[in-house]
Amino acid sequence: MSSFSVTEPSNRSKWFAGTLVILYALITMIPLAWIMLTGFKSPSDAISYPPKVVFEPTLEGYVNLFTTRTRQTQEYLDANPPETWYEEIVREYDMVIAGPSKFGERFLNSVIIGFGSTFLSIFLGTLAAYAFSRFKIPLADDLLFFILSTRMMPPIAVAIPIFLMYRQLGLSDTHLGMILLYTAVNISLAVWLLKGFIDEIPREYEEAALIDGYTRFQAFYKVVLPQAATGIASTAIFCLIFAWNEYAFAVLLTSGTAQTAPPFIPTIIGVGGLDWPAVAAGATIFLLPVMIFTILLRKHLLRGITFGAVRK
Amino acid sequence: MAQIRINNIRKDFGDFTAVKESSFTIEDGEFFMLLGPSGCGKTTTLRMIAGLELPTSGEIYLDGEEISQKPPSQRDIAFVFQMFALYPHMNVRKNLSYPLVSQGMARRDVKAKVEEVAGILGITDILNRPVGGLSGGDRQRVALGRAIVRDPKAFMMDEPLGALDAEFREHMAEELRALHDRMGATTVYVTHDQLEAMQMGDKIVVMNNAVVEQFGTPQEIYDKPATMFVADFIGSPSMNFLSFEGTVAEGATSVDMHGQAIGVPRQMQGDSGKLVFGVRPEHVILSDAGDYRGEVKATEYLGTTQIITLDTPNGELKARTGSDRIVKTGERLGIGFEAPKVTLFNEGSGQALRSELNNKVLSHG
Repeated sequence: MSSFSVTEPSNRSKWFAGTLVILYALITMIPLAWIMLTGFKSPSDAISYPPKVVFEPTLEGYVNLFTTRTRQTQEYLDANPPETWYEEIVREYDMVIAGPSKFGERFLNSVIIGFGSTFLSIFLGTLAAYAFSRFKIPLADDLLFFILSTRMMPPIAVAIPIFLMYRQLGLSDTHLGMILLYTAVNISLAVWLLKGFIDEIPREYEEAALIDGYTRFQAFYKVVLPQAATGIASTAIFCLIFAWNEYAFAVLLTSGTAQTAPPFIPTIIGVGGLDWPAVAAGATIFLLPVMIFTILLRKHLLRGITFGAVRK
Repeated sequence: MAQIRINNIRKDFGDFTAVKESSFTIEDGEFFMLLGPSGCGKTTTLRMIAGLELPTSGEIYLDGEEISQKPPSQRDIAFVFQMFALYPHMNVRKNLSYPLVSQGMARRDVKAKVEEVAGILGITDILNRPVGGLSGGDRQRVALGRAIVRDPKAFMMDEPLGALDAEFREHMAEELRALHDRMGATTVYVTHDQLEAMQMGDKIVVMNNAVVEQFGTPQEIYDKPATMFVADFIGSPSMNFLSFEGTVAEGATSVDMHGQAIGVPRQMQGDSGKLVFGVRPEHVILSDAGDYRGEVKATEYLGTTQIITLDTPNGELKARTGSDRIVKTGERLGIGFEAPKVTLFNEGSGQALRSELNNKVLSHG
């Protein structure tokens, strides 16, 4: 490797690039770190000015997030000493735990709806993309454009028709309704992304499998799917991030049984003052699944994002 | 092992006709070449035999059984792709096992069969390697292995040497031919390389513009071309075409070119108008005497032989002679032809006129 090589950057430029990346990572990580730290602060620390970077950590935010509390008389408090560590935290404010909050339920709703719609989008998207990629479909280009056109306006623009339609169909505030809605929004992205990935897989692989005695579906399942894993993984992450973070429709269409975490977290603010540590705790927990999902698929994601940039 | 009979097969892709009513028969155990320029329909024909495309009309018989509309999995035909198409997510052993597993063969038998085939092809030591890192030749061998592992009735090969570099091609061509001779399996091989076709094939079909131009042994196709296209496509340099206007009577043994009577094989078909006198470079005889003369334009030295390009009254002519003959550019030489080896064509239709030379070939083709 000569000193003029194009492929091997010099030490100085490597050092420079490394510093830039670290700097960028720090800047983007600060809000995230702040949220996570706030989750372990006491309410007074959370709103203190100047902001406290060093503080005494407490699980108060998490306890408040998962419980509902009521104020009690001194006699009651004296007669019933706290039995658990989390009750002790609450007692400092002369309160007792009345029961679990709705957060767990809402979080579970998010998981069901987010992963459900992601699975459905990927399932339908892969089949559709395969069909568009491999078969002669009449008006294929027009159909593809039609699918894409569903994303040409912000989804919220059709909120009122969807609201009315969902009320008529009884889909309001149901898991199924939200899964269908997020799938409808994600499917165009899924079909277009996956079609690109499947187009890149040479047909010869399937043809070889057909010749080797497999049916078209077996060839798809055993040869095309493993090849498309990269594309499927990165598409799944995009779909999950959308469904997981979606706020507007969730506010509009859910209130009870199918409410997801995003519209729930802000409601914490209203309960007994501005409880920032509880909000931060909720946000932290809410971040985890997407983070874990992305870390699990990160190998594929990197390849997915740079897909097509390099000729095989 | 099997005979393949193609009867009036046709393939349309929308308005485009890839293959027009073509018929030919591939005998059991033959190494059969489908030869033609790119886009002539040879690959489509091959894919129809394998079942990767369904013909628009016509029949394909494999051992007497009509298979043209059957899915590929029910045809028992193996296919070797130009780009090999090895399953990239599997190692060599899995690639070879795959066709056997699909037939529901027992695991132990699969293992034994794979080892046997790997032994034949000399790839035993790479069985556990992923296919990604293999060299072109090894990929080619694995692709062949995947084809032969289940003892199919016939092999289809779509330019299997096209992806290899020139040096290795020759070696692989020999290996392929040796493998065929050892197994005796009916093989259909698509190529655009006329040399490869002549070298390896028992029989050749020459296709152009979706039609079969000629069908026969390499010798027949070289010596007795049925059309001007075949005459031009086969051979390097290709056949000379000297155009002239005149009349050829049935039974004639010479034609009149530029006022000279030039011998041809006894004609069995009369024609008149624009005709073409076709002669291979090696059938041109140069001499100092003779009334039909041409001027030397260029010479090309090829070692044992040389190609001499001459300007004649009827067009450019290339002659192949021994390289010991010294010829200067601008020299005028007498030109003679080996009369029994000449083919006359009708310039309009491009078809050869029937003569004693090609009568047998033309009547069965």
